Amino acid sequence: MRLNGAQIFVESLRKEEVKVIFGLPGGVVLKIFDVLYDYKDPALVLTRHEQGAMHMAEGYAKATGKPGVVLVTSGPGMTNTVTGLADAYMDSVPLVVFTGQVSTNLIGNDAFQEADNVGISRPCTKYNYLVKDVNDLAQTIKEAFYIATTGRPGPVLVDIPKDVSMNQAEFNYPEKVYIRGYNPTYEGHKWQIKQAADAILKAKRPVLYVGGGTVFSNAFEELREFAELTQIPVDMTLMALGSFPGTHPLSLGMLGMHGSYASNMAIHHSDLIMAVGSRFDDRVTGKVSEFAPYAKIVHVDIDPTSIQKIMDVHIPIVGDVKCVLRELNQHLRTSVDGRRKEELKPWWNQIEEWQKKHPLTYTQEKNQKIKTSYLIDRLYQLTKDQNPIVATDVGQHQMWAAQHFKLDHPRTWLTSGGLGTMGFGFPAALGAQRAFPGRLVLAIVGDGSFQMNLQELATAMDHHLPVKVAIVNNGYHGMVRQWQDLFYNSRYSASYLGTCPDYVKLADAYGAIGLRATKPDEVDGVIQEALKIDKPVLIDFQVDPHENCYPMIPAGGANNEMILENPAELQKKEKEKAGLKKAGNGEKEGVLTA
Amino acid sequence: MEHIISVMVENKFGALSRVAGLFSGRGFNIESLSVGPTMDPSISLMTLVTRGDDRIVEQITKQLNKLIDVIKVVDLTESAFVARETVLIKINAKGEDRAEALRVTDIFRAKVVDSTPGTYTIEITGDTDKIEAIINLLRPLGIKELVRTGRIAIAREDVKTTVQDKSQDKSQDIKRVGT
Repeated sequence: MRLNGAQIFVESLRKEEVKVIFGLPGGVVLKIFDVLYDYKDPALVLTRHEQGAMHMAEGYAKATGKPGVVLVTSGPGMTNTVTGLADAYMDSVPLVVFTGQVSTNLIGNDAFQEADNVGISRPCTKYNYLVKDVNDLAQTIKEAFYIATTGRPGPVLVDIPKDVSMNQAEFNYPEKVYIRGYNPTYEGHKWQIKQAADAILKAKRPVLYVGGGTVFSNAFEELREFAELTQIPVDMTLMALGSFPGTHPLSLGMLGMHGSYASNMAIHHSDLIMAVGSRFDDRVTGKVSEFAPYAKIVHVDIDPTSIQKIMDVHIPIVGDVKCVLRELNQHLRTSVDGRRKEELKPWWNQIEEWQKKHPLTYTQEKNQKIKTSYLIDRLYQLTKDQNPIVATDVGQHQMWAAQHFKLDHPRTWLTSGGLGTMGFGFPAALGAQRAFPGRLVLAIVGDGSFQMNLQELATAMDHHLPVKVAIVNNGYHGMVRQWQDLFYNSRYSASYLGTCPDYVKLADAYGAIGLRATKPDEVDGVIQEALKIDKPVLIDFQVDPHENCYPMIPAGGANNEMILENPAELQKKEKEKAGLKKAGNGEKEGVLTA
Repeated sequence: MEHIISVMVENKFGALSRVAGLFSGRGFNIESLSVGPTMDPSISLMTLVTRGDDRIVEQITKQLNKLIDVIKVVDLTESAFVARETVLIKINAKGEDRAEALRVTDIFRAKVVDSTPGTYTIEITGDTDKIEAIINLLRPLGIKELVRTGRIAIAREDVKTTVQDKSQDKSQDIKRVGT
């Protein structure tokens, strides 16, 4: 069958069972958009900005496990995808991003809307292609999907010049791919797995340190069985939330910079860390030289470069988390018989003591402003029965959500971890909603973050994506302000936002619904009201602008050196002593509360 | 410690840039890099000279392996190998110096490949010590220009080198560290 490049593109996507493309048209991809005009499948979601398309595709991919697909034009179309590419690369999100390119005869001539797409994207993609000949297009698309979705997943970019989309070629979609330089290891080394099983059974203070790799390998059943067999306490990274039930008695919640006291103390005092699909990120380890000083480390990861990168590992296992845990469970099933619970009793007693000593709590007085921690807990309590998908942006609200929104199901947590991309949450929620039209999708966003991609409200309206957006409105870049409070003498350089839109009017302007809560006793009411509305809803939660997120390990601190409570009072006293009291802040607060 | 790493890559545009970008992006040191075709026209061979402690070099080989265009990575320094570099040196050569230059060239079994009334261009191939030695001897005569190929290296026959094929990752065999 002879087809032109644009038709080959669409037919190839159909072979890959792509249902949705997120994108924006432009000069050099007009041929492709023209062909897409005749198709319902794949459907096109027109976004208002290419960054929005990227995060929607990420949200779609994280929620479904299938690759997210993006189609944008050359030049600025491509450069606007860079943040999304870097985000997906850091967080191992399978994406296939198609960018237009100027015709092959113009490449390198500084043509209109030309950019070196493969050059720009090289360091932030798993792999990328420039298709120079239409005869290579189908094969390239097949390889792109294969690379994006196998091994450690990641974004792949395919750059298609205008003439390639117009020229004709015979369409044969390859059944199989073989790339000699790319053979990811799935099955772990048997001997190493045996060693790991022995080490786990010998450990007196073991901790399971679960990362996002567990989500991408769909290892939920295996993980749960492993934890229950071994009675091991489960620490999760930000990326792993949902991969193990947050309400499970073995779960200690999130670890790391804003993790729970118990999870951080447990990992610090452990004698064995079983790291699965995690990479010892600095937000987890804090000061590496003081991280888990007594622990032997078993590290399971599909990416060999993750192992031995930060920490010395005693039992490295390169492989897919699901495959390795399955094999491990086989060993363990025959060798444990309930005695682990007894053996680990002293360890669990210690952990429970830590949990009781510093649980994740908050106080909300009725006459106070809304505390974000309270708001998130209410959101959780009022929606948990519906098994919502929760997307967040980046900052304080993200950490509070990670602490208080206990997720029991995998693929319900969409957040930007590695790159920490503000503006991620709202479009990611839209992408997930597009995949699951009937489900409740919440976006918990900061007012600073939301304003980075609020243009996608139009996309939400066009495609009837009734995402409920909880705007944690504190008038600040809250996490920046928190660090300024803690480490820069409360000098709020550029963290106060000044003019912000009236979010209720903003929702109205797009035809969405806007709600507002300014007092704690209004929180439940607006949440319940929002849940009844089958439209995108923006809820403006005007929260305490000076609440800080604890516990916290200062950057570069060790995991047993947590700041557990607000040292603001202490600081105030110190400041008064030093005579550093500043005049300006009071006025800013005045603006906010008006 | 210095390591010489031999990297077999797909002979595709962009492959060199991926390798170079990896080193710059991750802050790895690169002392020299030479690239050439192999017997198989679809494969190029890069010889990289780099420095770093064990963990860094382990990361370098793993990161290289992770690149999809990389087919095979061999750290030649892990066993016996032969390394050579070729250098072209253009020196001032007038009067008495011409004879001295020829003597040095002769001692090092180098070759004069070009001659003008005022200069000689000398070609020398050898290991690093030899090259440094001839440069030191020629320096007093006045080196006008010097061009080096970067080192290339090959493993010695019958010596088992640790070949890092993608299908069999090295980290499976990492020795236990610490206690």
